[in-house]
Amino acid sequence: MDKRTFYNEVLIEHNKYPTHKHAMPGCCYSKEGINPSCGDDLIINLDIKDGIIQGGSFEGDGCAISQASADIMFDLLTGRSVAEAKELSAIFSRMIKEKITDEELERLEEAGALMDISHMPARAKCAMLAWRTLDEILLQKI
Amino acid sequence: MNIKEIRAQFPLINNQNIVYLDNAATTQKPHCVIDAFSEFYCNFNANPMRGIYDLSVAATDAYENVREQTAGFVNAKDPSEIIFTRNATESLNLTANILSGTLKEGDEILVATSEHHSNFLPWKRIADNKRLKIKYLDCDSEGEYSVESLKEALSEGTKVFAIATVSNVIGRVNPIREFAKICHANNTLICVDATQSVAHMKTNVIEDDVDFLAFSAHKMYGPMGVGILYGKKELLEKLPPFLEGGEMIEYVSKEKTIYADLPQKYEAGTVNAADVYAFGKAMEYVKKIGFEEIGERERLLTGYLFDGMKNTDNIRIIGAKDSAEHNCIVSFAVDDVHPHDVASIFADSGICIRAGHHCAQPLHILLGIPSTVRASLAFYNTKEEIDFFIKVLSEIRSRMGY
Repeated sequence: MDKRTFYNEVLIEHNKYPTHKHAMPGCCYSKEGINPSCGDDLIINLDIKDGIIQGGSFEGDGCAISQASADIMFDLLTGRSVAEAKELSAIFSRMIKEKITDEELERLEEAGALMDISHMPARAKCAMLAWRTLDEILLQKI
Repeated sequence: MNIKEIRAQFPLINNQNIVYLDNAATTQKPHCVIDAFSEFYCNFNANPMRGIYDLSVAATDAYENVREQTAGFVNAKDPSEIIFTRNATESLNLTANILSGTLKEGDEILVATSEHHSNFLPWKRIADNKRLKIKYLDCDSEGEYSVESLKEALSEGTKVFAIATVSNVIGRVNPIREFAKICHANNTLICVDATQSVAHMKTNVIEDDVDFLAFSAHKMYGPMGVGILYGKKELLEKLPPFLEGGEMIEYVSKEKTIYADLPQKYEAGTVNAADVYAFGKAMEYVKKIGFEEIGERERLLTGYLFDGMKNTDNIRIIGAKDSAEHNCIVSFAVDDVHPHDVASIFADSGICIRAGHHCAQPLHILLGIPSTVRASLAFYNTKEEIDFFIKVLSEIRSRMGY
């Protein structure tokens, strides 16, 4: 059996010690994201000022992949413009569903650690949950 | 029982380097079932029930013989009490649907909280549509339903009680025979989902005196796409049809429809004859080994699995504390690790197990756990496979950084 696993150190650390898992009272945007089949249930909070993501957080329960992915997402996107965030989210989505270039992988920084999930179609939705919910905020509200 | 010989009869188990512990979801198929498809299509293929020619008669016989065989398998009095459907879900929807016409506003339906969604949602739907009252019978934290709690929950208006022989999460056998007696004393019909028990223990609709009983062929070594509904003849005869169309009529004009007799009344359209034929081979196979042998081996394996898990740290087993109550099913949680991560780590090691709410979300809500992991056995599993399962189980927390 192939012992390669997508539960690498980056994922395990972000799941165990998330930086961005907390409530964010008074933030500009909050949205709930659910994966009904597995019960992942996140709330994504986002603060945006002058088109720049000032900060964000997530709350809720889910598997290690959904939790780590959310935490890594906020590490990557804090301080970026909304346009850039949309672009990075699109790259992340392509990484999980298809394939990306090495250059694109570099732009994702730590989020690239989730690349191996593309080999586990059953878990793609866990990795995508935070990003999908963020996209909904970015598309609908801005 | 020669386990080597048994395993050799299951090509998937034989050919793939996996440990298959998801038998409550579907079982693997023996050669005789797999070969039955080509047997049917090479020898008997015609549209059953339609033609006058010999081949159509042979197709009809191939199909109808299995109905007779099924009646024997569940100990039904009359083959016409056996209806073939697509799966247990369809059998249960059929039952709720045909009974709904006999129920009126204010009548009550009682549903066991541990039911699979397929014996839960159809009742909820007819309750909504017909403004019936729906009540739920909760089990205790070990998944047990008491006779007293059923007696208490039944009222004069309770027309139907829906419950499984064995919960697909907890694995405990419910006292169907006693429950049926209590229901009938209250003029309540009992609708039983036997999907999780048919492969593991003898089904006896007469002794249990159930009114309706549903199960799937694919969970007892048969093909997917065949469901079975047993219904008491006197009930099915007076209830209306479910689907309308070909094969289920005697006479149709613009003004008038006369429905066919049982069982054709409930089998509209061309039937799934090849799969039903293959299901016959599955029943033959199970009968040949015998429930005594199957039960003995499965009790041994369940006990071995249960003890191994009990001796592993940070594992919480759902349901009874006694392995004898688990009947091939052990659902559990690993401290700090989400069930989907647990299942992924098992998958990474070639072990097939299920994670989630197992289509029994109301039970998970009752027990206060969003989801669980489930290992489920069949007689073809081995102690070596369980040893490997326990080894991976004991490594999961450390692999997740705990």
